Amino acid sequence: MKTLASVIFTWLIASIGFTQGYNIGDTATDFNLKNTDGKMVSLADFKDAKGFIIVFTCNHCPTAVAYQDRIIAINKKYKSQGYPVIAINPNDNPMYPEDSYENMIVRAKEMNFTFPYLFDEGQKIYPKYGATKTPHVFVLNREEKGLVVKYIGAIDNNSGDAAGVTNKFLENALNALLEGKDPNPATTKAIGCSIKPAA
Amino acid sequence: MHCMRFKCRKVKIQFFTVMLILVGFTILVSCQTNETEIIPSMSFDELEPMLQQTNDTVYIFNFWATWCKPCITELPAFEKINKEYEKRKVKVYLVSIDFPNKHEELLLPFIKNNHIRSSVVHLTDTDANLWIDKVSPQWSGSIPATLVYKGNSREFYEKSLSYVELKNIVESKI
Repeated sequence: MKTLASVIFTWLIASIGFTQGYNIGDTATDFNLKNTDGKMVSLADFKDAKGFIIVFTCNHCPTAVAYQDRIIAINKKYKSQGYPVIAINPNDNPMYPEDSYENMIVRAKEMNFTFPYLFDEGQKIYPKYGATKTPHVFVLNREEKGLVVKYIGAIDNNSGDAAGVTNKFLENALNALLEGKDPNPATTKAIGCSIKPAA
Repeated sequence: MHCMRFKCRKVKIQFFTVMLILVGFTILVSCQTNETEIIPSMSFDELEPMLQQTNDTVYIFNFWATWCKPCITELPAFEKINKEYEKRKVKVYLVSIDFPNKHEELLLPFIKNNHIRSSVVHLTDTDANLWIDKVSPQWSGSIPATLVYKGNSREFYEKSLSYVELKNIVESKI
């Protein structure tokens, strides 16, 4: 009995250690989340996609807002090449009413989002990916073993000023994938608003 | 046009009053300018040496922005520590990562209106991918985030800190 308890304990500790989210090369989970049009969206719905640009973003955060136009442009450019944007708002938290599902609908209409803007209701998905902030990007590539994480991080190297960008990290990563190469760098970092776990 | 002696004096007094007000206003404005000048904008190259001092002071670097709600919520804890340890070897820096073009519009009024007493610097280096790891490889880039160090003993927190947590960290290092 003692042994069993210690095995369970070790397993628990180990599983806590493994909830840090995805690394490059990991296989990403699918999800079934509500879009601003009321319909549920899964990655499995996109039969022809070569992969996905998963962007954890939200309404209230200035660094996320600063990227709205750039995300629309990236979707326009890469959706037709097989990599559509899927935006997910992880801030299901009553302390942040601006990020509520109702306000997501308003934002999606105002900005004419051309991609799904999904609500991570219950905050089940963002911890699996290991998203910590908005915006936080994960590029997935469809391979034999599933949807493989190929790029994690920033959209580019200037969140405040699109005109001042000198390195388009995400586009470079996508271009590499389109050429059948691994993105380099595969991970980058940017400042963002912390994702707000509901207490 | 002539005026009577008495009336002239009245006009003079009024003139001097107006002048006094103007001078006073000018001094006030220049004082405010002085106040704003103590919030330097800096690149990461300029900030980096401040994160690696080898003396026996405990340095607290809180990364925040005026638009970051949880950052604003935890600021009073840093202010309290700053005041409480003012005569000890503890130094608090509030590193704003507001967008560079928001220095006058957001940062300066915020510091003034909230009577912030800790040292504030404005990190205007936008290429964060180049410096986030240099602050701490543990940092994913979300704020609030806080680095506390004394010499080689360094701790990094990518979360909000309460006054009690902060005090315990400082006490463990001082």
